[in-house]
Amino acid sequence: MISIKGVHKSYQTGQNSLHVLKGIDLEIQQGEFVSIMGSSGSGKSTLLNILGILDNYDAGEYHLDNTLIQNMSEKKAARYRNDTLGFVFQSFNLISFKNAIENVALPLYYQGVKRKKRNAMALEYLAKFGLQDHGEHLPNQLSGGQKQRVAIARAIISKPKVILADEPTGALDTTSSYEVMEILKKINQEGITIIVVTHEHDIAEMTDKVIKLRDGIIEDIVINKKN
Amino acid sequence: MFDLDVWQEIFSTIKKNKLRSFLTGFAVAWGIFMLMVLLGSGNGLSNGVASNFQNRAKNTMFIWTNKTTMPYAGLKSGRRFNYKTEDYNDLKALKGVNLITGRFYLGARTFSAGKEYADYSIMSCHPDYEKIEGYIVTKGRFINTIDIKQKRKSLMIGLDMEKVLFANQDPIGKVVNVGGIPFTVVGVYDRDNRRSGSREGIIPLTTAQALFNGNNRIHGFSLTAHEMSKAENLALEQQIRSILASNHRVHPEDQSAIGIYNTLKDYARTMGMFAAINMFIWLIGIGTLIAGVVGVSNIMLISVKERTKEFGIRKAIGASPRSIIGLVLLEAVLITSVAGYIGMVLGVFLMEGVNAIMINSMGGGGSNMTIFLNPTVDLKVAVSAMLLLVFAGSFAGYIPAKHASKVKPIEALHDE
Repeated sequence: MISIKGVHKSYQTGQNSLHVLKGIDLEIQQGEFVSIMGSSGSGKSTLLNILGILDNYDAGEYHLDNTLIQNMSEKKAARYRNDTLGFVFQSFNLISFKNAIENVALPLYYQGVKRKKRNAMALEYLAKFGLQDHGEHLPNQLSGGQKQRVAIARAIISKPKVILADEPTGALDTTSSYEVMEILKKINQEGITIIVVTHEHDIAEMTDKVIKLRDGIIEDIVINKKN
Repeated sequence: MFDLDVWQEIFSTIKKNKLRSFLTGFAVAWGIFMLMVLLGSGNGLSNGVASNFQNRAKNTMFIWTNKTTMPYAGLKSGRRFNYKTEDYNDLKALKGVNLITGRFYLGARTFSAGKEYADYSIMSCHPDYEKIEGYIVTKGRFINTIDIKQKRKSLMIGLDMEKVLFANQDPIGKVVNVGGIPFTVVGVYDRDNRRSGSREGIIPLTTAQALFNGNNRIHGFSLTAHEMSKAENLALEQQIRSILASNHRVHPEDQSAIGIYNTLKDYARTMGMFAAINMFIWLIGIGTLIAGVVGVSNIMLISVKERTKEFGIRKAIGASPRSIIGLVLLEAVLITSVAGYIGMVLGVFLMEGVNAIMINSMGGGGSNMTIFLNPTVDLKVAVSAMLLLVFAGSFAGYIPAKHASKVKPIEALHDE
């Protein structure tokens, strides 16, 4: 599903060049539940951005679903993001003036699904996560855990092949964190590849495979026992 | 791009950001409204003044005599002289002169018809006088060429005179004694004359010369020129001056002996003044428009800045840069055009209202003198001003929207 070979990425800050990724090789198969761990500055967010076609890379190759992702036009990148990827963020990133249903339905709007149909689908997905009574609520009327569940519903409504989660539990308490991980696991069991970036060990342990990043290179890959 | 869903998305954004939408709209509506009021007032002012010129031909020259102020050809200065019938013939033969009449004034005489009598002054002229001064003939006819040729004792009376002399009868064909000489009434005029109203008897000039010791004297002339440029008109004035000067042995440089008042100069000066006022109003109007445009730009700029994160989310979810620009632009166009339309309608309503009130308060009769008339704005101007504002608003939205569409989603998302 995901194949990365020798990817380099550096950022230009004034006259200094910061070499963040120093040759990453990574293979992730369809249906895997993977976490990327590393201290801050290890390059894990940069790697996720490249995986999410939110950022370009300098050298190497990145294949997503057997397509080479390289120097893509914004328009094409947007289409790929819409078709194959779903995002979950630490700060939820819901649109504040749209209610839960409208937030969840937004990816379908960009796919050209009619309003009635997409709102019905959004409600269906919210119901899946026990939020059927909160459809009309605005994000600021929801708790953190509820917001993240809305965000996950939004990520999967377009039936993506890969879900990228950037510290999805970073802003949540333990109970909500575990709830969110349960949901991700359930989604994974439906065959969707999930990649979680985290720095919490207990969260990483819930995934099948932990990729440890350090100073821009993969230091270790740990396979967790099936729990 | 123009399917219903896009509009629904925009409507829901507008509905959920009421204050922002209202502020943007208000700037536009106010700009258009003020422009309408300003332009309407300007139009009202110049229409009003132009209407005062309308009764009278716009390129009329009034000619009279004064004492000479320069000695010439053996004659001392301070000499009085009179125009003659020959002068009339000379001027009438001039190329460029359209209408011409001589004017020969007689003092007040007693007018009597049956038992009624009153004193009125008498004015004598040629038939062209009707058109030059803009007389309105309500009954019968004006003095005509046959009256002049045959020196007929034809009389034209004013509406006020008709009321006094002929209470309820039709005056046409009736006899009026003027200073003991019987005249036949041929017509009645109604004219808004600032000097004498409609209380002046008008008779053929030749009749006046024959009956009232006129010999071939004429007190003055009124004439109009054909359509011509201002320079040509002034040349004609000079030509008239030199003909009259040579006919009466007046020094060619003696400007004051031959009095000429040319309304073209006056008209051109007044119209020039209004052109200047109009330009000033446009200047203010454009200033108001620019203020509106700046207001819209400001709000669009802030709005786009505020929505950077939202656009980042939309892009992460799969929005193309074009759809982001479209979202901002269509919202700007929608708000500015609706608000612009409201401002325009309010402005037009106000000016039409003022117009209606003015027409009512002027009522019937009385003086038609006005300096404010029909203060309305050309719809074409209104619509193009509105389009300009909509265009400017969109342009103001486009630059930040373009910028926002280029922002990388990650940067936008980290922008807390």
